Amino acid sequence: MTNVKMKVNGKEVSREVPDETLLSEFLREQLRLTGTHIGCDTSQCGACAVHVNGKVVKACTALAVSLDGADVTTIEGLANGELHPMQVAFNDNHGLQCGFCTPGMIMAGVDMVNRYKAEGRDLTSDAIRHELEGNICRCTGYHNIVKSIEDAAAKM
Amino acid sequence: MSSGIGKSVKRKEDKRFTTGKGRYTDDHRMDNQAYAAFVRSSHAHATVKGIDATAAKGMPGVIDVLDGHQLTGDGIGNIICGWAITSKDGSPMNMGAWSALATEKVRYVGDAVAVVIAETQAQARIAAEAVEVDYEELPVVAHVLDAMKDGAPQIHDNAPGNQIYDWELGDEAATDAGLADAAHVTTLDITNNRLSPNPMEPRSAIATYDDAEEHYTLYTTSQNPHVARLVLSAFYNVAPEHKLRVIAPDVGGGFGAKIYIYPEEITCLWASMKTNRSVKWTSDRSEAFLTDAHGRDHVTHAKMGFDADGKITGFKIDTIANLGAYMSLFSSSVPTYLYAPLMSGQYDIQNIHCNVRTYYTNTVPVDAYRGAGRPEATYLVERMIETAAREMGMDPAELRRRNFVQSFPHQTPVLMQYDAGDFPKILEMAQEAADVAGFEARRKEAASRGKLRGLGYSTFIEACGLAPSKAAGSLGAGVGLWESAEVRVNPVGSIEILTGSHSHGQGHETTFAQIVAERFDIPVENVQIVHGDTDKVQFGMGTYGSRSGPVGMSAVVKAMDKVEAKVRKIAAHTLEASEDDIEIKGGNVSVKGTDKSMAWHEVGLAAYVAHNLPDGMEPGLKETAFFDPVNFSFPSGAFICEVEVDPDTGETKIIKFTSADDFGTIINPMIVEGQVHGGVAQGIGQAMLEQVVYDDDGQLLTGSYMDYTMPRAADMPFFDVQHHETPSPNNPLGVKGCGEAGAIGAPPAVINAITDAIGTNDLAMPATPQAVWRALRSASKPIAAE
Ligand code: FES
Ligand code: FES
Repeated sequence: MTNVKMKVNGKEVSREVPDETLLSEFLREQLRLTGTHIGCDTSQCGACAVHVNGKVVKACTALAVSLDGADVTTIEGLANGELHPMQVAFNDNHGLQCGFCTPGMIMAGVDMVNRYKAEGRDLTSDAIRHELEGNICRCTGYHNIVKSIEDAAAKM
Repeated sequence: MSSGIGKSVKRKEDKRFTTGKGRYTDDHRMDNQAYAAFVRSSHAHATVKGIDATAAKGMPGVIDVLDGHQLTGDGIGNIICGWAITSKDGSPMNMGAWSALATEKVRYVGDAVAVVIAETQAQARIAAEAVEVDYEELPVVAHVLDAMKDGAPQIHDNAPGNQIYDWELGDEAATDAGLADAAHVTTLDITNNRLSPNPMEPRSAIATYDDAEEHYTLYTTSQNPHVARLVLSAFYNVAPEHKLRVIAPDVGGGFGAKIYIYPEEITCLWASMKTNRSVKWTSDRSEAFLTDAHGRDHVTHAKMGFDADGKITGFKIDTIANLGAYMSLFSSSVPTYLYAPLMSGQYDIQNIHCNVRTYYTNTVPVDAYRGAGRPEATYLVERMIETAAREMGMDPAELRRRNFVQSFPHQTPVLMQYDAGDFPKILEMAQEAADVAGFEARRKEAASRGKLRGLGYSTFIEACGLAPSKAAGSLGAGVGLWESAEVRVNPVGSIEILTGSHSHGQGHETTFAQIVAERFDIPVENVQIVHGDTDKVQFGMGTYGSRSGPVGMSAVVKAMDKVEAKVRKIAAHTLEASEDDIEIKGGNVSVKGTDKSMAWHEVGLAAYVAHNLPDGMEPGLKETAFFDPVNFSFPSGAFICEVEVDPDTGETKIIKFTSADDFGTIINPMIVEGQVHGGVAQGIGQAMLEQVVYDDDGQLLTGSYMDYTMPRAADMPFFDVQHHETPSPNNPLGVKGCGEAGAIGAPPAVINAITDAIGTNDLAMPATPQAVWRALRSASKPIAAE
């Protein structure tokens, strides 16, 4: 057991957890932040994507104890009073159906827009498709997810 | 009204999903919750000689280890198949026993033999590894063509030769005669690849037993909670029906894989009683590949005959279907009644004969997956006709046109009576949107770059909203195929709709609200949809086979009819007018042509305060209805796929994918298009990427996302979706259902396009670069770009 301290969605949290605890388990089971979803056990699907220190990370691939002191944002922490433009864009463009992949898609989308903006690069629809390599959606056929991210990029 | 039928209203349910507030089964946590982990067979076929759980029972956190002998000893029944199929010789199907936890024998890798209940998931999983099972290995048969061989290992004692049934539909003599008369006969051997449905949310169940009330609650990832309750109580004896509540909360995709009752749900319920704890089980993805029912897996030999004008003279089909190690809930109906009756496609074919033989193998059970039988039928019909066109040197669109059904209703020789459609129009719409006229120029341009372009069609029909109950019953179905609804107008005028349909991504909270908003002219925000809980909703058959629109919504319409009748009576009484003069519009209930009016909510209030109702009227304003359709509805469509193949690598890119669909009346175009996108993506997945593979020992080689190729964003094109509406006469809204069209129509369009590009008709799904490269090298036709 190790004591882990993190800032999660702007709040300091601290828990004693077994060393093998994944960040995804830490969020879901210890903090009851169930918006971060588990869709696979091989780090392929991206349903568990969160932001760690401002970068997108698959929460099922990181050990909680290795993130002592980290600043973590989950889907629950993205809306700041008002919904994030990415959340609005997914609703506007029907970028979700069952909603299971959606938190991961939104977290990945926000991260890619931020990165492209910081680098002054153009986030084309081809680039979005390429960037979504680590996220699987079984419902939407991706068409509307790509549109959602494009739409949000214009508004972020 | 801007939120009524035909409007792309944005989804009401999205906010909770985009903010992480969705509540899927695994997100729930009960007081007193323990965790289950299953001990699963690592052998595809073996005798279980003994189970030693001594070590596991002593491990940290372990509450109990339970096995199949205890389960059957407690009277828990075997898993059933819900549709009885009779072989052509009149004998019943050979159904091997399937216990939720195997006792004597295991029959596929992943077959559960015991379950560990522990304080944490990790403890349960670690202890499950420590359960010692003494297996004696038996010879394995993993492939269906091997299962039917003489001397093949026997999987179930009561299924000689592993055959489950040998069934036929249609007139064989007439079909043979039609083929004998044909000017041209096209023959094809076609495999429909085995798939794993892979909803992104893994299956999960939480069972809670309340010993004071002797009552069970089950949260589960189900597409049909009432059917789950019915089957769990009536056949598995886990609890009497009135002592069992089944809740299917937010469900992260179904695609058929969540229709069935699986061993895990039965076991968790039983284990919750045994341990007096809430028992939670959540599958991981590897477990999902091992245990979620697979889809498709057919091998077919077929012949289609044509006269000199290209009219089809006969269609003869011989199909061998793999049903896996046990018969899952609907498995028997998929290659029979959901398959053969679609063999007429969009065509007027007088002579059809379809023979289907099904076999057991040492693989995970196979059952309905998006489209269920209809994709298999469509793939066959549409590859046959495209191949025939090439062989006869005809334009494939023209050959289709010559055979299209032109008038409705149309009776096929294989049970179905098509309701309404306009096949030539839809094909024309698709051709225009796909710019078929410009294709030859694009093919030349691609050839100049050394690439091969191909164009493929698929004009398909499907049967949605399985119906009517009486007909289904006469064909062997174990349940009725109606749907129920309750419409509650509250005293403040807001409305709750309780439906037996289940939404797991289809957007019912919005579309069902739209039909209510349209009828009573109130905002969608004032309508709440309640579903997925057997304690709230009176009854229901759930969502599969695109039945929520044609059947589920129709039940809502019937209940609204009753509500409206009462509203008219109350308003007529209050406003002192005739019922026929009452108009419901703009948030008011008024007397036509006068200024006499009451607000919509005042009618609700009047019904509940009941101070001034017509004499003899019951207070309240809520009505229920059951709807049993007179027939299926028949959505149809034309898909056109254009691909470009790199002849050096076999790599195939979809350049453009066009769909033109007829779903009858469309409630919400945005949601319908979303359904098409998702279905087409699964169809393209089947055509180009996906396949479940077992080795000869029955070991699953595609057991994770590292080996089973799921379509990702870069694999998918943007989709061009067109609609043409010919309303179905078989239900009050004229809707036909849209959930499966994409998965049904896409695979043949893609394969027809690739085979067109590479100049061979011999290409199996999935058309991976390697498969395409090999087919190119064995193609008889010279390769244009070389
Ligand atoms: S759950 Fe983390 S990538 Fe699938
Ligand atoms: S919306 Fe269901 S998996 Fe993406």
